Amino acid sequence: MSDRALVVVRAGALTTVQDLGRPGHAHLGVPPSGTLDGPAGLLANRLVGNGPLAALLETTLNGVALQPRCPVTVAVTGAPCPVSVDGRPAAWGAPVDVPAGSLLTVGTATSGVRSYVAVSGGLDVDPVLGSRSTDLLSGLGPPPLTDGTILPLGPPVPPHTRVDVGPQPAPPAALILRITRGPRDDWFTPEALRTLTSHTFTVSSTSNRIGLRTEGTPLERAVLRELPSEGLVLGAVQVPPDGRPVIFLADHPTTGGYPVVGVVRSADLPAAAQAAPGTPVRFIG
Amino acid sequence: MTGSGTRRILPVGEDALLVELDSGTEAQALHAELLRLRAQGSFPAVRELVPAARTVLLDGLSEPADRVAARLAALPLPPAPPPTHEVIEIPVRYDGPDLAEVAALWGVSSTEAPRIHASFDFRVAFCGFAPGFGYLTGLPERYTVPRHTTPRASVPSGSVALAGPYTGVYPRSSPGGWQLIGTTDVVLWDHTRTPAALLAPGARVRFRPLGEA
Repeated sequence: MSDRALVVVRAGALTTVQDLGRPGHAHLGVPPSGTLDGPAGLLANRLVGNGPLAALLETTLNGVALQPRCPVTVAVTGAPCPVSVDGRPAAWGAPVDVPAGSLLTVGTATSGVRSYVAVSGGLDVDPVLGSRSTDLLSGLGPPPLTDGTILPLGPPVPPHTRVDVGPQPAPPAALILRITRGPRDDWFTPEALRTLTSHTFTVSSTSNRIGLRTEGTPLERAVLRELPSEGLVLGAVQVPPDGRPVIFLADHPTTGGYPVVGVVRSADLPAAAQAAPGTPVRFIG
Repeated sequence: MTGSGTRRILPVGEDALLVELDSGTEAQALHAELLRLRAQGSFPAVRELVPAARTVLLDGLSEPADRVAARLAALPLPPAPPPTHEVIEIPVRYDGPDLAEVAALWGVSSTEAPRIHASFDFRVAFCGFAPGFGYLTGLPERYTVPRHTTPRASVPSGSVALAGPYTGVYPRSSPGGWQLIGTTDVVLWDHTRTPAALLAPGARVRFRPLGEA
């Protein structure tokens, strides 16, 4: 086995390989997938000198521990968390050199949900339909990491292309999502549409890469017949029979049979990826 | 334009449009026409073109949505989708656990139901649910069957199944509420193959009963 690899010592609750996803296959039932907090993923890659297409790790809440077999530069972005190398504190949000055989520990997020761990050279797992992303809805791409997984690395990058630090927004204390109404807002009662933009929902603990689920006052439908399946976009706010809006994230199904009341602006979706369960959610629009 | 057809063009977020038509046939026709125009380079670039039961979604528009919407509203539509190339044949063992129930719903015997199902030409109306899962139309309306009220926790890969007006083949084992009438060994999805999906929207399909002399 090549030395250009990482050993996963502690996989964490849910750590997946991600890149910019596999758009362009929705008509075959393939979700877009890719990093949920796109800007954080791009920044992590920039910090270690990788191009924007390099694959990296997305952790969930409690981080990951990795042991590289060769010297690497790593950067941890997204949800703020303690970072250490062989037990010694290291920088979050900046390049960190990790010697071969040392243990990089990405700890539990102090706020937010998902941290991104980029490694110089990128993760060189086999791409599926042009992407190395793990798709949790349909099982495409590499499975979520388990302890002992060995991740091959791409060729090293020249160090002079690194940047040293980049600004990052703090994870949201309250999530404000600007929405465009429709396409099926006319399937809801006027009261439900008022509730959508006046009520404060909270992020449900059942949220995942497929969707950010909410809890709160159910939205009542004006049209009760079944909606024939129709195409779904990233950020679609779908309302299932329980009346509680779900905001579709990267691993969303490509078609669905419940009405979409509105669509969240793409600029607001990275914050949705970092909203922990219990976070208040307001829809504006 | 189609004779009686109406078209609703609904905005979806910042850069997508949903075109709603009167029927699945019209949605298939519009999808085929958009693919043809896209291949010619005579329609604005779009990241995803997703047909569904009665709609076509255009997601990731390269031009302002209102301009594309105007173009869509005025787009002439051939009355029927142009015939596509070859017919994909799917050999089926009609041995599914719901075959007897489906036959009863159709008012025929369990030996007659497979012959009926295999006698029609199908077309992939759209995909969804899982990569490579096609919603196939072609069964006449009188053969519509309801889905199970409680889905099975696990439907085996290769199951040929019915729900509503659709026939589908499960590309992999998954939960599912469709009526299982048979199984096939055909590989519906293989990401190492090009194309990965055997059934893409617009493809024509026939089912061939196995085990008959």
